Amino acid sequence: MDLTLKVWRQKNRNEKGKMETYQVNDISTDSSFLEMLDILNNDLLEEGQEPIAFDHDCREGICGMCSLYINGKAHGPDSRITTCQLHMRKFKDGETIYVEPWRAKAFPIIKDLVVDRSAFDRIQQAGGYISVNTSGNTQDANLTPIPKDDADKSFDAATCIGCAACVATCKNSSAMLFVSAKVSQLSLLPQGRVEAKERVLNMVKQMDKEGFGNCSNTGACEVECPKGISLENIAILNREFLKGSITNN
Amino acid sequence: MKKITFALNYRKPKLDYNPTDQIEICIRFSHLDKKTNAHKIKNISCGVKCMLKDWNNDWHKNPERLPVLKTDPDYSKKNKKLFDIRKKILINQFKKSDDLEKNIRSSKLDPKIPKGPMNQKWTNHKNSINLVNPANKRNIDVIVVGTGLAGGSASASLAELGYNVKAFCYQDSPRRAHSIAAQGGINAAKNYQNDGDSIYRLFYDTVKGGDYRSREANVYRLAEVSGNIIDQCVAQGVPFAREYGGLLDNRSFGGVLVSRTFYAKGQTGQQLLLGAYSAMNRQIAKGKIQMYNRHEMLDLVVIDGKARGIIARNLETGEIQKHSAHAVVIASGGYGNVFYLSTNAMGSNVTASWKIHKKGAFFANPCFTQIHPTCIPRSGDHQSKLTLMSESLRNDGRIWVPKNIDDVEKIRSGKLKPTEIKEQDRDYYLERRYPAFGNLVPRDVASRAAKERIDAGFGVNNTGEAVYLDYSTAIKRYGKEKALLLGIKDPSENEIVKLGEEIVETKYGNLFQMYEKIVDENPYKTPMMIYPAVHYTMGGVWVDYNLMTTIPGCYCIGEANFSDHGANRLGASALMQGLADGYFVLPYTIGEYLSNEIRTGPISVESVEFDESKSLVEKKLQNILEVQGKKPADYFHIKLGKIMWEYVGMSRNEKGLKTAIKEIKKLRDLFWQEIFVPGNMYSMNKELEKAARVLDFLELGELFAIDALDRNESCGGHYREESVEKDGPQKGEAKRDDVNYSYVSAWEYNGDPSKAVLHKEKLEFTEVELKQRSYK
Ligand SMILES: Cc1cc2nc3c(=O)[nH]c(=O)nc-3n(C[C@H](O)[C@H](O)[C@H](O)COP(=O)(O)OP(=O)(O)OC[C@H]3O[C@@H](n4cnc5c(N)ncnc54)[C@H](O)[C@@H]3O)c2cc1C
Ligand code: SF4
Ligand code: FES
Repeated sequence: MDLTLKVWRQKNRNEKGKMETYQVNDISTDSSFLEMLDILNNDLLEEGQEPIAFDHDCREGICGMCSLYINGKAHGPDSRITTCQLHMRKFKDGETIYVEPWRAKAFPIIKDLVVDRSAFDRIQQAGGYISVNTSGNTQDANLTPIPKDDADKSFDAATCIGCAACVATCKNSSAMLFVSAKVSQLSLLPQGRVEAKERVLNMVKQMDKEGFGNCSNTGACEVECPKGISLENIAILNREFLKGSITNN
Repeated sequence: MKKITFALNYRKPKLDYNPTDQIEICIRFSHLDKKTNAHKIKNISCGVKCMLKDWNNDWHKNPERLPVLKTDPDYSKKNKKLFDIRKKILINQFKKSDDLEKNIRSSKLDPKIPKGPMNQKWTNHKNSINLVNPANKRNIDVIVVGTGLAGGSASASLAELGYNVKAFCYQDSPRRAHSIAAQGGINAAKNYQNDGDSIYRLFYDTVKGGDYRSREANVYRLAEVSGNIIDQCVAQGVPFAREYGGLLDNRSFGGVLVSRTFYAKGQTGQQLLLGAYSAMNRQIAKGKIQMYNRHEMLDLVVIDGKARGIIARNLETGEIQKHSAHAVVIASGGYGNVFYLSTNAMGSNVTASWKIHKKGAFFANPCFTQIHPTCIPRSGDHQSKLTLMSESLRNDGRIWVPKNIDDVEKIRSGKLKPTEIKEQDRDYYLERRYPAFGNLVPRDVASRAAKERIDAGFGVNNTGEAVYLDYSTAIKRYGKEKALLLGIKDPSENEIVKLGEEIVETKYGNLFQMYEKIVDENPYKTPMMIYPAVHYTMGGVWVDYNLMTTIPGCYCIGEANFSDHGANRLGASALMQGLADGYFVLPYTIGEYLSNEIRTGPISVESVEFDESKSLVEKKLQNILEVQGKKPADYFHIKLGKIMWEYVGMSRNEKGLKTAIKEIKKLRDLFWQEIFVPGNMYSMNKELEKAARVLDFLELGELFAIDALDRNESCGGHYREESVEKDGPQKGEAKRDDVNYSYVSAWEYNGDPSKAVLHKEKLEFTEVELKQRSYK
């Protein structure tokens, strides 16, 4: 298939960027979206031009590195997938495709389609853990049975890959889905209960500090989330937050 | 004893000089003359002068190690010259005295296995390791390159102990290391299923699975600490799969007969890595770990024979930085991407391991690669990577190709669907050839069996490179069980299938979804197509029992080292090894070395060695940029991959390997004539990153083939066509040669991959009897 691409190009953090137009021809419908960009980049290189910078690594939907806003949708058309799992069969021959980076105040653009998501790391550093040191004498893993339902729910929340599509999709650039996933993963497990209060308060505080917007319960994040992280987690976060705030006062 | 140092060449009494007088610097040798028993001193001029006031006679005592002080405007150049000359002399001395060289070399390859019975080695060793007291740990810095399961767990544990850790990764967050992609599970000898598992059995399975090419003591320790890993991860909040009673669930993996694999659906690596990441975050918040995201290590700095730091490039700004530490830990993962197409991440590379190899770390068994039997086949030339379908699928799936070649033709041309082929017309070749283990034979065996069928023309997709992995039997079995549980009498075929599919979904849902997204077929309804692909590298940097490389103070853990898996790794054992190394082994063993560093004080980066390394790194990148040829880095990478796959892939022979060595060399030459990288070094430049990594692969690839050529036996993932069973019940199976090849090949860099020097670590087996592996 032959396609026209409109791609955001930006030299670095400080300079202004703009959309540029490119043509790619003869793309197999079986190739992935990123492979199509590889082909375009190699064409650009052959002409002696700088290729388009974009983040990616595992190319199987798990590392959370890839992050493209395609035709106005985070991770592009198709549901429950990351950008790297998007295949060209989802597009039509002759189509014009718009490719942009995540846009949010908390994610400055570094170059072209690459953004700085370190705010996410800082939120996790504020409390996304259980305080346990490494030791050879932790209690036996089977000492505390955990109801399968809780374990499964905790797991579902834990599958968040930190890609930030939820933020990119949200009209308020809120990070609630991402933060709530960690909060509920840990608060659903007995070993995570001990610090539940401080955890939620600290993570939310850091989230606000990083300049993410408020959650207005629109639910766009859940729709675009490649891992299907459920809005239910936001409800759990709100509950934990309320509990934490009350007992803290 | 011989000694080499620098001195000023005074021609008159020292006091007669003015501070601003220029005096010649010389190299001073002193040695004991055996005949006269007197110390002899010889001075040789270096052709460098400096003022008396700028001379530091005690240069070797302070961390910066500057004979010519910074007050001299040319101090850097002068010092570099001095050290260059000293280095040359040192090298020449070694060359002259062969005995000395041999001595040094063999002592370098001391695996340092503790004495005593196997099951007490680790305990005894731990008890005898020197400890560093907490106050001193605060003054000791450790660099960890890599934040996967190995590096992440090591960083967190070292920081918890009190060391100052600097951790590096090339991704934008430590959570994205490729460990995240591990699917199937992690082994541990917990015996929760009461099916006869034990430390010994896990140890035995691993040594046997590795085809008797691993070091017994290391493997035993791995099995010993395996249980702790699960306890630790659960305490961190890793949500492993559980049974209805709330206890942990297990599954089984290839090559073993017990259920010892813990898992979190098909995302075990993700969950374990996020556990290690959370432990790191706790230490980052405390300031005990300094995290360097988007940084790539490009060289190791060695001062006086010890690892003292690294040179790293900030991948966003392009800045080349110097980082010092008292020890350096390499945890940079595997090098499967030397084949271009593999299940590794696009950025997975050999650079960190290769750089330390060039600085003196021996590289062990580079040719031991794992080709995984169940990956999604290639769809065309655009393909950039291959996706694994977890081995756990072989628990329930059955592998087959059509029995009749006519059916193959019909399938390829779309005239026949696989579901239409009758049971009796299917060849479940693993069940046929290996009745005892069936679909659960080890990976190397399963991959070769697939290749055998495909070479015989039975491949089922349009490239002819695929076999079927079929879930219909499992879906029916699960469906029937579930119907029984639910008390449904005489369930219809449809009901059974529906119930079965639900069970399969809970077990493997994400894998099935992944398959569907890539191939555009529904694997619940039609068998999946799979094909072997490069997956894991058992070879890697040589380490001793303490996980230290042949460079003092430089350690290597996780997939990057060679230690535990011999010639073939069993499923779910890499995650176990990465976490064992990082949580439970290295944090102890590194104390042995660091206890001697408590008086060293901070290590300055203002030294000749750091400057030299930095300028070499800059020069190398500049050289790549200056070629301004016509071909992008991918061109060379793809070519290299093709050479590797064809001649150094699943099946190897002398002629092919020699061709590979020649071709790779040629390709490397071509690289230096034709590579094109736009832009510059001092900004984000993804092409430059790629080109530099490809260059290291082009060097490693040659050593890889040389190693495969040296090892004229078939063992584990290394299959030499010259070495097969000629007759008997094992006819056609791989043949190991314990008489001639029961050693670890440890290669020493010597200026060029082709000149690498081979050292052998003899493998001794005291606990396990060497047998030809049989899975029949
Ligand atoms: C698809 C897939 C599935 C797998 N499934 C399983 C499984 O089910 N069970 C199992 O036991 N094993 C599995 N494995 C194997 C296992 O995942 C890996 O062997 C293991 O995770 C490697 O961990 P590591 O910490 O050594 O390296 P990695 O996780 O690869 O981490 C490497 C780290 O080094 C960094 N790095 C690399 N080079 C540099 C550099 N030059 N400078 C700075 N940083 C650098 C990277 O940024 C990264 O942080 C699987 C592997 C793959 C590819
Ligand atoms: S919640 Fe979903 S969209 Fe948001 S970071 Fe996690 S995986 Fe990505
Ligand atoms: S590249 Fe890893 S999720 Fe897309």
